[in-house]
Amino acid sequence: MSVDLATVKRVARLARIAVTEDDANRMVGELNGIINFVEQLSEVDVTGVEPMTSVTPMDMRKRADAVTDGDKADDIVANAPVTDRNFFLVPKVVE
Amino acid sequence: MTELTSLTIAEAREKLGAKEITSVELTKAYVDAIDAFNGTFNAYITTTPEKAMEMAKASDERRASGKVGALEGIPLGIKDLFATEGVHTQAASHILDGFKPKYESTVTQNLWDDGAVMLGKLNMDEFAMGSSNETSFYGPVVNPWKAEGSNQQLVPGGSSGGSAAAVAAHLCAGATATDTGGSIRQPAAFTGTVGIKPTYGRCSRWGTVAFASSLDQAGPIARDVRDAAIMLKSMASVDKKDTTSVDLPIPDYEAALGQSVKGMKIGIPKEYRVDNMPEEIEALWQQGIAYLKDAGAEIVDISLPHTKYALPAYYIVAPAEASSNLARYDGVRYGLRVDGKDIADMYEKTRAAGFGTEVKRRIMIGTYVLSAGYYDAYYLQAQKVRTLIKRDFETVFHAGVDAILTPATPSSAFGIADENLAADPVAMYLNDIFTVTVNMAGLPGIAVPAGLDKKGLPLGLQLLGKPFEEETLFRTAHVIEQAAGKFTPAKWW
Repeated sequence: MSVDLATVKRVARLARIAVTEDDANRMVGELNGIINFVEQLSEVDVTGVEPMTSVTPMDMRKRADAVTDGDKADDIVANAPVTDRNFFLVPKVVE
Repeated sequence: MTELTSLTIAEAREKLGAKEITSVELTKAYVDAIDAFNGTFNAYITTTPEKAMEMAKASDERRASGKVGALEGIPLGIKDLFATEGVHTQAASHILDGFKPKYESTVTQNLWDDGAVMLGKLNMDEFAMGSSNETSFYGPVVNPWKAEGSNQQLVPGGSSGGSAAAVAAHLCAGATATDTGGSIRQPAAFTGTVGIKPTYGRCSRWGTVAFASSLDQAGPIARDVRDAAIMLKSMASVDKKDTTSVDLPIPDYEAALGQSVKGMKIGIPKEYRVDNMPEEIEALWQQGIAYLKDAGAEIVDISLPHTKYALPAYYIVAPAEASSNLARYDGVRYGLRVDGKDIADMYEKTRAAGFGTEVKRRIMIGTYVLSAGYYDAYYLQAQKVRTLIKRDFETVFHAGVDAILTPATPSSAFGIADENLAADPVAMYLNDIFTVTVNMAGLPGIAVPAGLDKKGLPLGLQLLGKPFEEETLFRTAHVIEQAAGKFTPAKWW
């Protein structure tokens, strides 16, 4: 499989990264280099092999379904670029 | 009197305990050293001298009242990946511009609870993606080592390049680091320091900026094996805030040092003898084998047949997880925002301006391999190969092998802005060829300096172990250290 310019632009759009025409052209070569490198995995026979889901054979620890934290609105918005009274502000989404 | 900054953690602990020195004196010595030399190395992104002196004073007061933690009064550097309350935490990325967390990572909190002192935040590859520390928004770190008769600046390795350089240049007594594919062990090998990536689940990931969550593990970089053991004991914990933190008691790693390796079975995997490997690396490996044989260990040839697939599988799994983890940087909740004509435009412009080239490249790869139609061919295949890589290790451990000895890196440190590596991302990725396997399998690995190459640059050996048997690695690495000696760069700064 190989990646073309249209694919690079589509993936950049999916990843929400603005790319210039120059960026996209450069990425075609770079991404193909990496894709060609990882392509060798297809030669491995994985018949009957389960995909790894966890490196340690353990059940994920779960906690009680209870409120254990909160009242931190000021902390949560403290690092936001634009806020108003503990709300995050974003450009208008709905007309 | 010896310079205070030349003391190991164990030596400083003794002198502090004997009241020969105070933490204030020790910390001041590091603050002065950083003032004088950080400009040379670019190891620290942010220094916190006032906080350091306050913490040192508080430590001396605790000691006077009889409260002495395991790292009481020891000044440490912290990789910029760890959240430190109220202090610059940006994973060396522009996209986290100005981020100062309102909370402390579990690993760093453990260190402060044990009495350690924070000197500042250490440079690293952006979001821990890199093997040379050149992807940092804050510029490259300079390796304290130089080739004999050369003035060329070398990389300290990456991604924990600031940690390794600061330890080797004595700008901190020890440093925290993280390892997703080799980011502790490769820089340790490039700087003549000791670095251990513990078993996945040994150190909490809570409050550590995520790169690839199923691979990321924190660990120390230190001047010697003993210091690494002391630091790991404090960094490790069982943490309810990390669901992958493993509920096992933390052993006294230092107690493993000095124990005999007589009768231990050390595996030598033939697959780590790669094409074009420099003769010096092979010679170093043979020397390591000889050290362990002389100490009474039994050397056995083993095979880990899926080794060559670890790096390609990693370059699917790690970017896939990264593309998901880094989706949170959208200009809304923290860090950089670049305004756009609508919200999607704002996201795209923010991420274009905030992420560096390598990070974008990995997000793109990850997005591609997870996208509709490609998931089975890439991501699922890689996770199946990962099962086979882990099975390779299980098979040899089941056959009685206690630990595996390999080279840590395929070369010594290379030059900053190396043209061949800059032109070919895959060539840079090959730096992690020996280290990445244990991340895929979740196993512990330690890099220990074992010699110098013809250019006078340090080379490291790596020991890989069974899950949660870090003690075996410390014990064995200590035997190599005792035989090979320690390596310190000639001071040119």
